[in-house]
Amino acid sequence: MSEHHEVASKEKYGMVIDLDKCTGCGACTVSCLSENNHYVREDESDKLRSVAWMKVYKVTNGEPFPNTKVAFIPRPCMHCDHHTPCVSVCPVMATDYNPLTGIVSQIYTRCIGCRYCVGACPYHARYFNWWDPVWPEGMHKLLNPDMSPRMRGVVEKCSFCNHRLQKAKDKAYVEGRRDLKDGEYVTACAEACPTRAITFGNMKDPESAVAKLIKSPGAFRLLEKLGTQPKVYYLSNESWIRESGDNALGRKKTARPA
Amino acid sequence: MDRAWIPEGVQRCSAGAFYSWMALWLFVLGAAVTTALLILWKGLNQTNMNDYFGFGAWITADLGVIALGAGAFFSGFLTYVLRIKELKALINFAVIIGFICYSSALLILTLDIGQPLRGWFGYWFPNIHSMLTEVIFCITLYFTVLTIEYVPLILENRKIYANPVAHTLSHNFHEAMAIFAAIGTFLSFFHQGSLGGMYGVLYARPFAFREGFFVWPWTFFLFIFSAISVGPTFTILITMILQKVTKKRLVPRESLSVLAKIAGCLLCGYVIVKIADTYYWATHILPARGLTFAEQYHGYQYGLWLLFAEIGLCGIIPALILITRRLRENDKWLVLACALASIGVVLNRFIFTVQTLAMPVYPFDKWYIYFPSWQEWVTSMAVVAYGAVIISLSYRYLPVFPYERDLNPPAR
Repeated sequence: MSEHHEVASKEKYGMVIDLDKCTGCGACTVSCLSENNHYVREDESDKLRSVAWMKVYKVTNGEPFPNTKVAFIPRPCMHCDHHTPCVSVCPVMATDYNPLTGIVSQIYTRCIGCRYCVGACPYHARYFNWWDPVWPEGMHKLLNPDMSPRMRGVVEKCSFCNHRLQKAKDKAYVEGRRDLKDGEYVTACAEACPTRAITFGNMKDPESAVAKLIKSPGAFRLLEKLGTQPKVYYLSNESWIRESGDNALGRKKTARPA
Repeated sequence: MDRAWIPEGVQRCSAGAFYSWMALWLFVLGAAVTTALLILWKGLNQTNMNDYFGFGAWITADLGVIALGAGAFFSGFLTYVLRIKELKALINFAVIIGFICYSSALLILTLDIGQPLRGWFGYWFPNIHSMLTEVIFCITLYFTVLTIEYVPLILENRKIYANPVAHTLSHNFHEAMAIFAAIGTFLSFFHQGSLGGMYGVLYARPFAFREGFFVWPWTFFLFIFSAISVGPTFTILITMILQKVTKKRLVPRESLSVLAKIAGCLLCGYVIVKIADTYYWATHILPARGLTFAEQYHGYQYGLWLLFAEIGLCGIIPALILITRRLRENDKWLVLACALASIGVVLNRFIFTVQTLAMPVYPFDKWYIYFPSWQEWVTSMAVVAYGAVIISLSYRYLPVFPYERDLNPPAR
């Protein structure tokens, strides 16, 4: 719904994921789970009910061996910038688009759990809490105090580690600055990626790494034809990977989910 | 035993037979209430919904009963606003069916939200951009209108009517009924439309997305059109079933024929615009998103047969039966047409609810199958038991059918 909230702001946060660097190790998923106080159930085999704000899809080029090629597509919330599908449908305004940062976040204590946003999101980036969160004995002491756990019956999603933005801003304020430096606020997944495939930063800052990377010739976004204008970009020099990102009439769909 | 509560001049079965009949339905209802409590206690993990199928059997049931309950507002509109006098014989029963449909939809919705105790947030923090907000407001308001329309009928119970306050209240309600019918029509048009709009606005879900007029996608108008076409057929169907069960003619045949003719004409119009909508969707909306019509259907559960069943078997065929005088005058053909049309609208709501979510949007994703859990089945089917209880009580104790005495003179 950014067209309704366009305000003069120097910040708009986005992410670039270099798929040619991604090894599919899953460190981004694990760091996200840890940072955002996710719990893990004893049986997580039902992946359609398993919460993973940063989900890694495995795709192949569909060719038989020895021409098979594999790529991994880490998928956080896209923080759609145009008429954000989940924001406009929420009946109780529990989903928020922040016009100052472009971050789409969820107000857990207001969510009624109708799951209309889950249906509206084409990226499957929204997760409903089918169970109450339970941590192993004593583990609650290890939870991140900056992130509230979610209760059963509400929807949750990647927030671009919004709490880290608050911390970075607090630090800047103490140091007498109003603006953040590039790299001062990064998400947990970007920080944890061992191959530095994930870059995060302010897209409105022309000097930021993110702003430069999104202009790369191999940059693309998922499902661009839908017009959601995601703030998550992907990079790849492989044309079959770039083509996997969107539907194209008549093209053979060779890519497969993990 | 309860003779004094039964309307004068009509024949009803013995109290023993009636209570046995009620015990059967109350048992089913009790099982459903127990299941509902289990769901409230354990949470929505008791269903087979998941993060792909955020909506499932309950939303299908909700949309289905709301469309079928449209017979109440549309019959009210025809009776009180357009003054079609033949429908006076049916209007009370249409209101009862509407009341059952809308109250059960509200009950299912309460069960369907993850945080039922926060249900009131919908009124307190309304998002004016959300079609669901419009649905929440309009359904609640229209349910209030239906209650107001139902109450005078309850007050007309022989014993209650003897009370002067109830008598006066009932009389005054009747005086104002045309106003309530008009309000009900206005509200119903909007929420039937909003329910369709809920899907049409999902621009990132190509299966459901439709362009439209101003802020309303075409599904907004299609849902209204389908509801006013099929709602009356469901009213006719339930009336015919009740006549069969009670072995009496409760409504003049002419009333059913008039309503069937109106429904048939509307259904013809609806089928034409639905075909036009499908054609435009397949040739413009989908290609613009890099998708083909064939990609929207998959396997057996989500196959193309659904489209043919919805538009052909349950759309064109009942429409043709209903507009053909000779066929609609025949009870068997009339029941067949009404049943097919009613199934068709539920099928349409199922397709919009479940297939929209099943269809993979990512090129690297796959189709998933959803099948409701037994808890979802039991609670959804409870609508039938709930309806049977309300109709049975109303039929036995309230003067629902004004022509019943004339149509069934006492045997000499």
